Parts: sequence; structure tokens; C-alpha cells
Amino acid sequence: MGALGAALGAGCSAKGDPNEILNVSFDPTRELYAEYNALFAAHWAALGNPTPKVVQSHGGSGKQARAVIDGIDADVVTLALGYDIDVLAERRLVARGWRERLPDRSAPFTSAIVFLVRGGNPKSIRDWDDLARGDVAVITPNPKTSGGARWNYLAAWGYELRRSGGDEAKAQAFVEVMFRRVPVLDSGARAATTTFVERKIGDVLIAWESEAMLAAKKLSAGSVEIVTPPTSIAAEPPVAVVDAIVDYRGTRGLAEAYLQRLWEDDAQRLGAKHFYRPRGAGAAPEGMFRSIELFTIDEIGGGWQQAQPKHFADGGIFDRIYEDR
Amino acid sequence: MAGVAGSVASRAGGASKVRRVTRDPAWARALLMMLALGFVGLFVVAPLAVVFSEAVRGGLGPFVAAVAHPETWSAIKLSLLVVVLAVPLNIVFGVAAAWAIARFEFRGKGALITLIDLPFAVSPVVSGMIFVLLFGGHGLLGPYLRPMGIKVIFALPGIVLATAFVTFPFVARELIPFWQARGSQDEEAAQVLGAGPWTTLFRVSLPTAKYALLYGVVLSTARALGEFGAVSVVSGHIRGRTNTLPLHVEILYGEYQFQAAFAVASLFALMGIATLGAKWALERKMAADHER
Repeated sequence: MGALGAALGAGCSAKGDPNEILNVSFDPTRELYAEYNALFAAHWAALGNPTPKVVQSHGGSGKQARAVIDGIDADVVTLALGYDIDVLAERRLVARGWRERLPDRSAPFTSAIVFLVRGGNPKSIRDWDDLARGDVAVITPNPKTSGGARWNYLAAWGYELRRSGGDEAKAQAFVEVMFRRVPVLDSGARAATTTFVERKIGDVLIAWESEAMLAAKKLSAGSVEIVTPPTSIAAEPPVAVVDAIVDYRGTRGLAEAYLQRLWEDDAQRLGAKHFYRPRGAGAAPEGMFRSIELFTIDEIGGGWQQAQPKHFADGGIFDRIYEDR
Repeated sequence: MAGVAGSVASRAGGASKVRRVTRDPAWARALLMMLALGFVGLFVVAPLAVVFSEAVRGGLGPFVAAVAHPETWSAIKLSLLVVVLAVPLNIVFGVAAAWAIARFEFRGKGALITLIDLPFAVSPVVSGMIFVLLFGGHGLLGPYLRPMGIKVIFALPGIVLATAFVTFPFVARELIPFWQARGSQDEEAAQVLGAGPWTTLFRVSLPTAKYALLYGVVLSTARALGEFGAVSVVSGHIRGRTNTLPLHVEILYGEYQFQAAFAVASLFALMGIATLGAKWALERKMAADHER
């Protein structure tokens, strides 16, 4: 029991170091925040503050939100979708009006949902309706567990909804056919990328543009290539200060500065470097991101507050189409 | 000590069995041996070789860099600390439980034996969830501990508890059959000569069971070092803080740092080989003890 006492003693660093903040983030931002944290630390120290330490935790977006609810001391959250922060707002961990506290609905970067195909595009996949073809196997993670995959799903839904002039039955039929072509439904975005690229399963991976560009760069050149469809959804991964934690730990000033700084030019350039579409004009090199007509989640279904229960809650549209397989 | 039941006897292996096998036809023996060797080669030796060859694929430089990286070091330190805290917990619990079960008759003994095996029966992920439900921010005890400044999950105590939970059957499982098979004549003799219960435990029962106890400790150490599922649930994956070695391997792999992932994995493979060595040495000791 003495050992347990020692363990408890070591773990109860109650409020911790006020000069250290924890950024609880989703999976594909690891490389981005590793660099941004160094940039921010230098900036914050240059203002005459002691050099701060930013500690990272990465995982699936929904799982990370769950960890914050279960008590991980996240000073800031940088997640894949607004709904995961709404969940924190419902538990009063984050203030209700969190979206309006920072510019651009609190999303410093965006990404588009694009396709990653085998080198040479042997199945000649160009647009969303190619994913419903009988000879195409689609890889996408499970939208129930992966925030990133919810954007994938909504991109397909939005494509057909807009094409059919707002016919929801057609949109549902389209995603149903597409999900019938999914041989492996991984739990997270990185796992799905590994399934497609390393295990070589499937003909097309639906992915965030940032994730697709990273995979294309990191992995053997020419074995995969990116196909940008003419239209897609704009994925907006938002950030927020976790009010309950920063007020408890006394880190509000540091945490707020950390997030505000994401909109500065050098941070925006860093976003572009890690393949996120920056908000600021001119932050990305000319021609780095292919032009694409992007629609937002608000345009196809009234935001996450409506889309989440309708599509992804238990018994929602995704459950119904997936059970029928 | 003939007719000894339980794991000790089966490991010590009777010589009579070996003679029976030699009477089987040569082709059957060859087939069985090929099957066994083929299986071991395919499922044990080949993966091990892959781990080591991938670990040094890009040269020794990246290998050393991966192993010496501060996050790798913090993961190694955390994993060792967890072992140092969780294994003694298991020894105390395992000895107490095994002693009670082997020496006394009481109501609920059957239930206790079954419950000891519970961590083997439930998925490690569920084991982790148990602690989240108990100590989480909205859990049973979490809301009371938090104002006192006590953090359990997403911190060291949670990782230690989860590890102790998944590894606690090992020590008890080794000691129970050993003490049951040995009978209680030594302890009776000790008590007749005037030894109290504590003296009997520390001077008679534990010394005779030392190899069985060590065997349990080795197994539980190996499992504690390697535990992924339960720890993953309670860790929070905070870099440099709550990432144990197995979690660190997964992170490296997920970041496309394949060589680094295999480099750290090769440390695991080495630990595994060391565990096997310790296990082999202990088995020999136990067998030698048996002959006497």
C-alpha cells in the first residue's frame, strides 16, 4: 500500500506548472503542433515571459473530447470538428459562445476532403460518383468514432444533395452505395491511411487534403497520387480554450495567447507547410492547393448541432445504412 | 513429491512421457517436429527477425537517435516506474490471496479463485474503462478526489492501477498450486516448534516457494511492461508524461516514423528475450528443487 501512496503522491501535482499548457488535439496535427509549439514558445518568451512548455496529446477527435470530459487537464483543445467542442460546452467545460471568441468560427486553418488513389489512377477516379461504382473499393474510417471521417461522409452526402437539388433520399442512397464499397472501416484517420497505403487495401482513400498530401510526401513517391474532386466540403477543425481548466490552473492568459497566435502570418505559413489551407491570403505558395469548389456544413445541413444527431447518433442515418449491408 | 498437481509438475515434465513418444513411427515424429518448428519459425522467429532488421534498416544512426530521443526515454522511465510500483502490489496481493486459498477453508473460496482470474477473462480495454468509470471526471469517485487535488486517470496512479489490475493473477496463480501441492507439514512443524504465523510465512512458506514466486514476478513484470490496452484507455497519451513504451511505439508508427517504431520495438523484443531467459533459468531451478 506504501507504493500506492507514493504513486498517488506523484500523480497529484494538482494544478501543475502555470507556465505549462496541455494541448489536447486530434490525430493528424502532430507534425503541425510540434513546430508551432516551438514557434509560440519563442514568441511568448520574446514578450518577456518565462519560456512556456506546451505538452501535446493526440488521438481520435471524439476520443480526445471524451478524455477532457473524463478529466484530462486540457488547457486548450484543437479538434477535428465543432461538435466535439460543443460536447464540452454542454458539460460547461467550455463557454457556450466559444465559436465567436476567435476569427473564422474558431478554425485557424481549413482542409478539403479529397481522394488518394493508386499511382497512375488505374480506376480513373475523378469525382464523387466514381466512388459509387461497382468496381471501386473505398477506404474511409468509421464516422462513429472518427471526427475526420464525419467530414468524409458529409462531403459525399453534400455532393449528392447539391447535385440532386436537395433530395435527401437520393443523398442517403448515394452514401449507402458508397459505404457498401468499404472493405475495412478503421476507427481513426491515420489507421485508414495506413490500411490504404501500407496494407494496400482499396482503390481510393477518402481523406483530408492535409493527410493525403502528407502521405503522398512521406511514402514512396509515385505509389499514390491525389485526386481533387471538382466540389467538396470544407473541413474546419476548430480550437478553443477550456475555460474550466484554465481558470482552475491559472493559465488563461497563456492559453488564449497560444490560440490567438495561430492566425498570425508565420503560424499560417506553418499551417500551409503542413498542408492545411491557411485563412490568410498569400500564406501558401502559389499553386500548392488546387482550386476546388468548397461548400460548408452549414450549407448542407445546418451545422453540427443538426448533422450530428441526424447522421451519426445511435440509430441515425449512418447506423441504418451500415446495418443494411 | 510424486503426483504433484498443477503447473509446477507439468513444467518439470516426467521422463516416462519422452520414452512413449520414441515408440511412435519415425514419419510421425518428423511430421510433428516439422509442424512445430515451422510454426515457431513463422510466428515467432520471422517476426522477431523483421523487428530487428527494420530497426537498423536506415543504419545505426537513426536507431540510436530513436532510442535516445527524450520522448523515448521518458516512456522507458515511465514504464519502469510503473513496473516498480505495480509488481510489488501484485506480490503483496498474490501472496495474501494464495496463502488464504491454499491454507484455509472458508466460504466464498471458489468465488475468490474465480475472481482472481477475472483480469484474464475481461478485455484489457474493459479493465481500463473500469478505472475511467471509477476515477473519471464524471465517475464514481473522480468528482470527490478532484477538489482534493488528486488525479488518478490520465496520470501515473491510473496507469499503475490499470497495470496492477491486468497483471495481478500471475503471482497468485503460481503460488496457489505450489502451496496446495506441497501440503502444510512444514508449516505445522514450524508451529509445533513455536513459530508464530509471520515467522512461519517469512521463514518457512515463502522460502520454499521462492522460485514459484519469482516465476510469477517475471511473468507479471513482462506483462506490465508490455500492457497496451488498459493503459491506453487511462493514459491520455500526454507526450513525455503519460506515454508508456508500448504507447510510444504506436505513436511513432502512426507518425510514419517506421524505423524509430521498430527501434523501440526491438527494445521490447530484447526485454522479451531476457524474460524468457529468466523464465528458463527459473524452470531449471524449480526442476532441480523437485529432484531433491
